Amino acid sequence: MRDNAWLAGKLTLIVAGMFAFGYLLVPMYDVFCEITGLNGKTASTASAAVETDSDRLVTVEFIASVNESAPWEFRPTVSRMQVRPGKLYDTLFFARNRTSDALIGQAVPSVAPGQAAKHFQKTECFCFTEQKFDPLEERDMPVRFIVDPELPAHINTVTLSYTFFAQQRVSDARLQGN
Amino acid sequence: MSHTAEAHHDDHHDAPTGIKRWLFATNHKDIGTMYLVFSLVLFFIGGAMAMVIRAELFQPGLQFVDPGFFNQMTTMHALMMIFGAVMPAFVGLANWMVPLMVGAPDMALPRMNNWSFWILPVAFSLLLSTLFMPGGSPAGGWTMYPPLVMQTGDAFPFLIFSVHLMGMSSIMGAINIVVTIMNMRAPGMSLLKMPLFVWTWLITAYLLILAMPVLAGAVTMLLTDEYFGTSFFNAGGGGDPLMFQHVFWFFGHPEVYIMILPAFGIVSQIIPTFARKPLFGYDSMVYATASIAFLSFIVWAHHMFTVGMPLAGQLFFMFSTMLIAVPTGVKVFNWMTTMWKGSMTFETPMLFAFGFLFLFTIGGFSGLMLGITPADFQYHDTYFVVAHFHYVLVPGAVFAIMAGVYFWLPKWTGHMYNEKLGKLHFWLSAIFVNVTFFPQHFVGLAGMPRRIPDYATQFADFNMISSIGAFVFGASQLLFVYIVWSCVRGGEKATQQVWEGAEGLEWTVPSPAPHHTFEVAPEVK
Repeated sequence: MRDNAWLAGKLTLIVAGMFAFGYLLVPMYDVFCEITGLNGKTASTASAAVETDSDRLVTVEFIASVNESAPWEFRPTVSRMQVRPGKLYDTLFFARNRTSDALIGQAVPSVAPGQAAKHFQKTECFCFTEQKFDPLEERDMPVRFIVDPELPAHINTVTLSYTFFAQQRVSDARLQGN
Repeated sequence: MSHTAEAHHDDHHDAPTGIKRWLFATNHKDIGTMYLVFSLVLFFIGGAMAMVIRAELFQPGLQFVDPGFFNQMTTMHALMMIFGAVMPAFVGLANWMVPLMVGAPDMALPRMNNWSFWILPVAFSLLLSTLFMPGGSPAGGWTMYPPLVMQTGDAFPFLIFSVHLMGMSSIMGAINIVVTIMNMRAPGMSLLKMPLFVWTWLITAYLLILAMPVLAGAVTMLLTDEYFGTSFFNAGGGGDPLMFQHVFWFFGHPEVYIMILPAFGIVSQIIPTFARKPLFGYDSMVYATASIAFLSFIVWAHHMFTVGMPLAGQLFFMFSTMLIAVPTGVKVFNWMTTMWKGSMTFETPMLFAFGFLFLFTIGGFSGLMLGITPADFQYHDTYFVVAHFHYVLVPGAVFAIMAGVYFWLPKWTGHMYNEKLGKLHFWLSAIFVNVTFFPQHFVGLAGMPRRIPDYATQFADFNMISSIGAFVFGASQLLFVYIVWSCVRGGEKATQQVWEGAEGLEWTVPSPAPHHTFEVAPEVK
């Protein structure tokens, strides 16, 4: 019956539409998170120079971790700093390639609590680019950051965490079919 | 083709016999039977996995299986029961009963119906074959959260493709049901005259059409992340593993209602029959079902309160979750009011429906507790959650399926089942389902995490009780197989109406229902 095929066809279109909607959730999620800063992704743009708020002290904590497949030693050189909002600070993260192969890695930052994420700006960071390491190379990598004075008043501690991912090794393994 | 040959064809449908009758089946009753038998087989396979889990948890410490295999069992048990037992059982009941209830000669798309069934054995062969692979079955939980699920070995693509196939099967089944209900109702049967089982299935079918493709998308993203270098959920490539949970539960919560709305429909058929009163509040039942279906799309994040949501998100998902209690409450009170001052008798289907009503409501209440955000931080991923969803799925969905089978079995086979054994089966099931799952509330509140093969000794007593309950519950399901088998073989002849209080088109055809029914559409007044 034509009617049945017609309705079944319309329903199939809905199915295709919902499949596409599943993929549409990905950019929607990203946009939602960027507007609200919910998942701790740090701001991608730094705001113009701001005045230092000399009345307020905020604790910034640093955490470094590697994902399960990355053969790095990776840690912050200082674990916490007292900072004044609006002022630029520098700190260093230490990383060492523990293998005798050259490696390329990428650090992915995250800020907790999520509400602080968009008020935590990095003007320079080793996470902006891929980091190439020679065999057994070790080095300190700089981060320059500024905490926006508009950080909500109830937030006194901000945690900046980096996870180091081995890019090259993963793709090599993929190419070899593992 | 000559006119006589065509007429001959119409009369007899030179039906294939033997294995071809089943392989090439297009008859809704044959396909319904295959779905039901298939789901019963998977119910026992999934049940055997549950027995492994409960045997290991009988005592603290590791006794029978290693933790890796234990995790495979919890993962596979869930996949088998959700996609293999509960969903196909409901589709089987729909295949058998929806055309009979709306006065249609068959499902609207019989060939697609054949296909949507025969995909299932393929899907589950793929999935079960992973048990024999190096590295074993998927063990990261049925929710397939990355990055853990990425550590699945050779079984990973089998998991993804079997989920794809199950989804295709469900979607095709759902399209078929919607088209049948929308286009093939007997003259005079307006939408608001349809039996509630048909209504709940219509809404469930829409949920399937809207939710299953999203799951297909989510697992496809997992697949491309693993093999094709995309980074949907890989933080190293700019993705976000948390996003999987959002996409998954956007499917997952409607899925929960896919597994319970048809149960509501079955119970809404059975209670009026044995209370010998029309269903109280028919219209409100329909609207309540529709509102539950709508709400199911805006509550998903209550599965993930602990991921670090802002207060506004937690409040929104808490309140929308609480809101579901309203239409569900409408249904529970309608069933109770239907029974109020009715001339009730308690044959086996009514016992199961009554057990459903009581025990499902317990599961509903623990669901409300879980929906309270601050409380959920304590309950999350504990045995309290396990107790909650087993209360809504075992004495909820499974009891309703069994109620439906006992209710319609005489119509299918032409024989009455053994009432004494049926009642025994009910009481064994009802008592031991509580022995199994009620103590899990206590250990969960005391902090026992789910999905672990070993536990602190303070949980030992309750776990032993729970395991004993599970063994007896599992064994008593063999009685169900015997009852169904002997009813197929013979027994007291069933009348056309079967039950004294039964009303509806399905009770106007002979018992057993002949291969072809309603070739001339009945008139509904």
